[in-house]
Amino acid sequence: MSKLNRRTVAAVTASAILIIIIAVYVGGALLPNSALEADFSQKGQPPSFAHIFGTDFLGRDMFVRTVKGLSISLVVGAAASVIASIIALVVGVTAAMGRGWVDHAVNWFIDVFMSVPHTVLIILISIALSRGVIGLLIGVAATHWVTLARIIRGEVLQIRSQSYIAASRRFGKSPLFIARNHILPHMIPQFFVGLILLFPHAIMHESGLTFLGFGMPPEQPAVGIILSEAMKYISTGAIWLAFFPGLSLVILVLLIDKLGNTLRFLFDPKEAQL
Amino acid sequence: MRIEARNIVFGYDKSHNILDGVSLAVQSGERVALVGPSGCGKSTLSQILAGNLRPKSGTVFFDDKPLPERGFCPVQLIYQHPEKAINPRWKLGKTLTEAWDPDDDFLSALGIEKAWLNRYPAELSGGEMQRFCIARVLSPQTKFIIADEVSTMLDVVTQAQIWDVLLRVAKERNIGLLAVTHSVELAARICPRLVEFASL
Repeated sequence: MSKLNRRTVAAVTASAILIIIIAVYVGGALLPNSALEADFSQKGQPPSFAHIFGTDFLGRDMFVRTVKGLSISLVVGAAASVIASIIALVVGVTAAMGRGWVDHAVNWFIDVFMSVPHTVLIILISIALSRGVIGLLIGVAATHWVTLARIIRGEVLQIRSQSYIAASRRFGKSPLFIARNHILPHMIPQFFVGLILLFPHAIMHESGLTFLGFGMPPEQPAVGIILSEAMKYISTGAIWLAFFPGLSLVILVLLIDKLGNTLRFLFDPKEAQL
Repeated sequence: MRIEARNIVFGYDKSHNILDGVSLAVQSGERVALVGPSGCGKSTLSQILAGNLRPKSGTVFFDDKPLPERGFCPVQLIYQHPEKAINPRWKLGKTLTEAWDPDDDFLSALGIEKAWLNRYPAELSGGEMQRFCIARVLSPQTKFIIADEVSTMLDVVTQAQIWDVLLRVAKERNIGLLAVTHSVELAARICPRLVEFASL
C-alpha cells in the first residue's frame, strides 16, 4: 500500500472513529433515559422502525442501550490505555536511561507481570478493588503497560547509543536533559501508536470481563452486560439482542485497531515490515 | 595542561582485546597525528580518550586527574560521520547552541551561513554538517580536540577549508589536537608529530 493510500486510510478511519465518538456521546446524551426503563408492552420485539436494534426481555430499546454501553466502553478503554501508555513510557525510559540495577529491576518486574496471564490478573485486581469502573480501569491499565514499556526501552537503548547522545553528555548535559530533549521526542510516534493499539484491546477486556461477570455491575448498560444477558435469550431466537451490540463493538474495535496499525506504518515503514 | 592515556586495555568482548596497554600523551597546543590502517582501533581509542567508552583497565588523565565524568568535558571529539553526531529532529541552530553560543564572525569563519541555522540536518550536505560539528566543539571550555577522520568523507576543497579553520582556531586558543587518520600524507601536512598506532 502506498504512503498516500495509508494517509487516506488513516484519515478515513480517524474520521469514522471521531463520528462514532461524537454520535455516541452527543447522540447518547440526547436519547431519552426513559428508553432504558422497562416497558413490558414492548418486550422481545425484533428490529423495526420504532426500535431499530429491537427490544430486550424487559422491553428496553436495544439501540439506546448499545449507545450508552459503547460510551462506557469508550471511557474505560481510553482512560485505561492512556494510563497504561504513560506508565510504559515512564518505565521504559527510566529502565533504559538508568541502566545497571535499575534496568535489571525493571526487566525483572516486566518478566513477573508477563509470566501471569493478564486476564487472570485483571480479574484479581478488579475483584480486589470491588469491581466497577475503577476496578476494571486500574486492572486493565496495570496489566497492559508491560509490552509497550519493553518496546520503548529497546527504542531508547538504540537512541542512547547514537553519537549525538554521547556528544550531548560530553557537553555536560544531564541525563534528564538528554531524556527530555533528545530521547522523548523520538518516542512520540511509538507512544501514540502504542496508545491507539491499546485502546481496542482495553475495550475488549472491559467487555470480556463484564461479560464474564467480573467487570461492571449489572445495572450499568455496558456492552459486556448486554451480551451476557443476551446469551440467555439467543436460544429463543432473539439474536438481535447480541448481534447489534456485538457488531457495534467489533466495528469500533476494528476501526481503532486499523487506525493504530496504519499510523504504525506511516510513522515507521521499516519497523512495520518486521 | 595535557591529556594522557595510561596503559589502556579495551575489547568489545571479554576474550579479545583490541587495545592492549596503549599509552599516549598530548600537550596543550600540540598537534599530533595518530596514523594507522582502517580497523586497527583508532576510533575506539578516540572514544576512550573523549570519555565515551570505559577501558577494561588503564585511565585517561586530564591535567594529571582522571577525565571528568560530569559537566563540560575539556576533551571533545569530532566524529567521522557528522550525520550520526547530530540529532536529526533538531534544527542546526539548536544543535550548535547545545554546547555554546558562537557569534556570527566565528560562524562565518567556519563557512556556516546564517540560513543553515534554521534547517534540519537532512537539508545539508556532509561537509556542511561537519562544519557544525566542528563549530560546536570549539567552545571556550575546550582544551583538547580529537578529530576522528573528520575529513575522510569530504571533497578536497572542503577538506582544506575545514582543516584550515580547525588548525587556526586550535593555534589561537592553544588547544591540543589529536588528528586520527589513515592517511599519512594528510597527517604529515597538518601535524608536526606523527604517531603510528602500531607503535603504541
